[in-house]
Amino acid sequence: MKDFIGVGSSPKRKEDLRFVTGKGQYVADIKRPNMLMGAFLRSPHAHAEITSVDIAEALRMPGVRAIYTGEDMRADEVGGLPVGWAITDRNGEPCKEPLHPAIAVDKVRYVGDAVAFVVAESLEQAEAAAELIEVDYKVLPHVTGLVEALQADAPQIFDDVPGNLCADWEMGDNTAVDAAFENAAHVTSIELVNQRLVGNPMEPRAAIGEYEPERGQYTLWTTSQFPHVVRLLMGEFVLGIPQHRLRVVAPDVGGGFGVKQFHYAEEAVVTWAASKLGGAVKWVAQRSEGFISDAHGRDHVTQAELATDAEGAFLGMRVKTYANMGAYLSTFGPNIPTNLYAPLLSGVYRIPAIYCEVKCAFTNTVPVDAYRGAGRPEATFVVERLVDTAALELGIDKIEIRKRNMIPADAYPYQTPMVVEYDSGDPMACLGRAEELADVAGFAARKAESEAKGLYRGMGVSTYVEACGLAPSRLAIQMGARSGLYESATVRVHPSGAVTILIGTHNHGQGHETTFAQIVSERLGVPFENIDIVCGDTDKVQHGLGTYGSRSLVVGGSALNKAADKVILKGRKIAAHQFEADLEDVLFENGEFSIAGTDKKKSFNEIAGAAYLPYDFPLETLEPGLEEQAYYDPVNFTYPGGAHICEVEINPDTGIVTLDRYTAVDDVGTIINPMIVEGQLQGGIVQGVGQALFEHCVYDDASGQLLSGSFMDYCMPRADNIPHLVIEPLSTSCAHTPLGVKGCGECGTIGSPAAVINGVVDALRHIGVRHVDMPASPNRIWNIIRKTRTRVAAE
Amino acid sequence: MKISFTLNEKAVSVDADPATLLADLLRENLNMTGTHVGCDTSQCGACVVHLNGESVKSCTLLAASVDGQEVKTVEGLAKSKDELHPMQTAFRDNHGLQCGFCTPGMLMASIDLVNKNPEPTEGEVRDWLEGNICRCTGYQNIVKSVLAGAAAMRDGN
Repeated sequence: MKDFIGVGSSPKRKEDLRFVTGKGQYVADIKRPNMLMGAFLRSPHAHAEITSVDIAEALRMPGVRAIYTGEDMRADEVGGLPVGWAITDRNGEPCKEPLHPAIAVDKVRYVGDAVAFVVAESLEQAEAAAELIEVDYKVLPHVTGLVEALQADAPQIFDDVPGNLCADWEMGDNTAVDAAFENAAHVTSIELVNQRLVGNPMEPRAAIGEYEPERGQYTLWTTSQFPHVVRLLMGEFVLGIPQHRLRVVAPDVGGGFGVKQFHYAEEAVVTWAASKLGGAVKWVAQRSEGFISDAHGRDHVTQAELATDAEGAFLGMRVKTYANMGAYLSTFGPNIPTNLYAPLLSGVYRIPAIYCEVKCAFTNTVPVDAYRGAGRPEATFVVERLVDTAALELGIDKIEIRKRNMIPADAYPYQTPMVVEYDSGDPMACLGRAEELADVAGFAARKAESEAKGLYRGMGVSTYVEACGLAPSRLAIQMGARSGLYESATVRVHPSGAVTILIGTHNHGQGHETTFAQIVSERLGVPFENIDIVCGDTDKVQHGLGTYGSRSLVVGGSALNKAADKVILKGRKIAAHQFEADLEDVLFENGEFSIAGTDKKKSFNEIAGAAYLPYDFPLETLEPGLEEQAYYDPVNFTYPGGAHICEVEINPDTGIVTLDRYTAVDDVGTIINPMIVEGQLQGGIVQGVGQALFEHCVYDDASGQLLSGSFMDYCMPRADNIPHLVIEPLSTSCAHTPLGVKGCGECGTIGSPAAVINGVVDALRHIGVRHVDMPASPNRIWNIIRKTRTRVAAE
Repeated sequence: MKISFTLNEKAVSVDADPATLLADLLRENLNMTGTHVGCDTSQCGACVVHLNGESVKSCTLLAASVDGQEVKTVEGLAKSKDELHPMQTAFRDNHGLQCGFCTPGMLMASIDLVNKNPEPTEGEVRDWLEGNICRCTGYQNIVKSVLAGAAAMRDGN
């Protein structure tokens, strides 16, 4: 029996005490000595030339210390915001990367583009002064829709980007797909929209820049998922600050979901302003400001076709997608609808030939980038809508057609036609278990009950696979990443035997302080309560790539495990010295060093203490101290997957869709902390349900204004929208990560939109509906029902 | 103007601009940053505090209006680090929080619910929390926490 809290248990989270007592420390909570407050003046126009900016009156307002424009930053040779992961188009040419100034110069390109930054003694003073800045704009024609942006007569957003086309990209074997379609007995075609979303972590973004002229030292506190990457991008590419002079701190961060994994203009502006003023400058986004300055997600328009034989066996798939980049490329913008999308189009199915082309378009909208799932929910939605539609057209049961085409467990590792090789999985088992848990057999009776109440009931099924654990550097760099995607961890054993872990991932809700401590407790036998985690500070943590793409446990946990291996090896060397034995004879088990077959043993704490009292160490072969660092670069992506089944009930009189039942069986690999994994899956599913039923970021094409710019207009899922979720893990161990883990942060968001929409379409099938775009809002559903009834009545 | 009130059972008196909102007074003037601001339209509920024992959104309340009254924030719930309010304990025990940003508002709203309705059903908890948005948890463990917290409060823990 283990006397430590290790892998597979669910201790209370270490981070929770400070959060339930109001003692978390988020960026907005931080005050620095003599700190000034900043406010941005943002563009009210979607597309306009800036003909003049008059700051004279604003500058005279009380408390105002400085007002900066894009011209000021350009004159100071501040660089544009860099792209961290670019792509190459179908002709081998790099995608278009127009200059992205932190504050607009000459032109504004979306509503919300920063025009000036006011620094004052108080926020109220800064905001009041910002209103007095007089900007003359020459308003230009704009385009917000991505398909419209690629039309010949569309307004040109950049002089050096013809046709607003960022990249025309492709993956797959077009010839093989054409052959598959020629031999098909049936072709299913769909057109769908994956609507624009706003990630909306509950903590709005914030940043404090500080400069100490006497030390030449810069510090940025920021709401970031990856402080080391911000240090690299902002330091090297934007402000020209050497990395050893720039400290980036991401303290407690109130949710990320991808929104906080980009280097944002505001980070550079507060740091640059602080350097000009020689002190600290703080900016905190209001929610309405977040809506027009946080990178948005999704925003695809897709046409897809599936070729099958007469029995419903999949022969080939063809996908054409338009993806909105917004007005500028955000940090990972072009990578999301391409490299993180097309490789997942095989889903959990055997599809011999797949071809995908993606046109990435610039529009006069907020930049679009990764949002929880990032490319993979979009791919899953395409695949699962196609499969469901094919089932309907071929008259095959929707679960049966999936099973007929699934990759069987014994076919893993499975090479898809889209580059990736799935290492492990058992989708058939996930779907089978989900069928049982969801009581699929009882659906007909429940549907009859709904009908008796005048309600339409539908059942939706979705399977999914995702590529996460970002990422093998070798593959990622081939695909255009401009950095490695390894992770680093240090295990610092103190003389008492207690441990501090320093890790390059960032904890903003995922429970890393708990999960990582469990791993080290399991490996070293150190009590859970004697292990603490440090993350989010570039001056404390050696290096890191941060938290996104379900990578923290997969890549960071593997680095931590490797560092623990090194600590054990060093401990065995110390023990060998103390036992006067050979290294290979020293065992380490259950927190004890021993010599097999003897009674010689030393506790972990004794060896830790000895490491720091090296009075008799053979110093030429044995260093004092017990602290080890490891870098881990994964050999492959990981491929979590699963099956989700839900039931919806629709009131035809109101159009309201009620999610009544939800079942998920997910394969996330080995589970370290079941409580945290279940929490991640629950949260992910509800974010996906939000996309399916509620959330929609809407631009008014005529004015270019963001219509859904607050929580009054952008409908977030609430507690009373969601049923009790039934979630069960079904784990196959990852073949290549040392802990067998696959990652779990994005699963729910990837699996759930297709499940819910398939359920909605199923509920409306009897009145002739074949597709419903997201969100399935009451307005949309009511209109669909009304139009269908009118049409049927006319016939 | 001077605003005097009882904050977490202690008398406080603050000089503040008459336009100051209670959330800003707590956070900026009094450095009580446990109360969070997650939106600007009174939708998210991260800023919920108790005014005379009832939950209110402190982002929509003028600080001047609490003069002479009793305010409680998340910082005032626990008797000590080792003696949490049963609702705080329930959130910890049931993984009712992830990033922690909505948590203070969730706690304050939930305690008010249980004060009014000591034995709420799952549906009643979900309805009551309609004014508090959480982006991390999907609400399931928040609901579980509130039901457990309600039971503990009934037992006088």
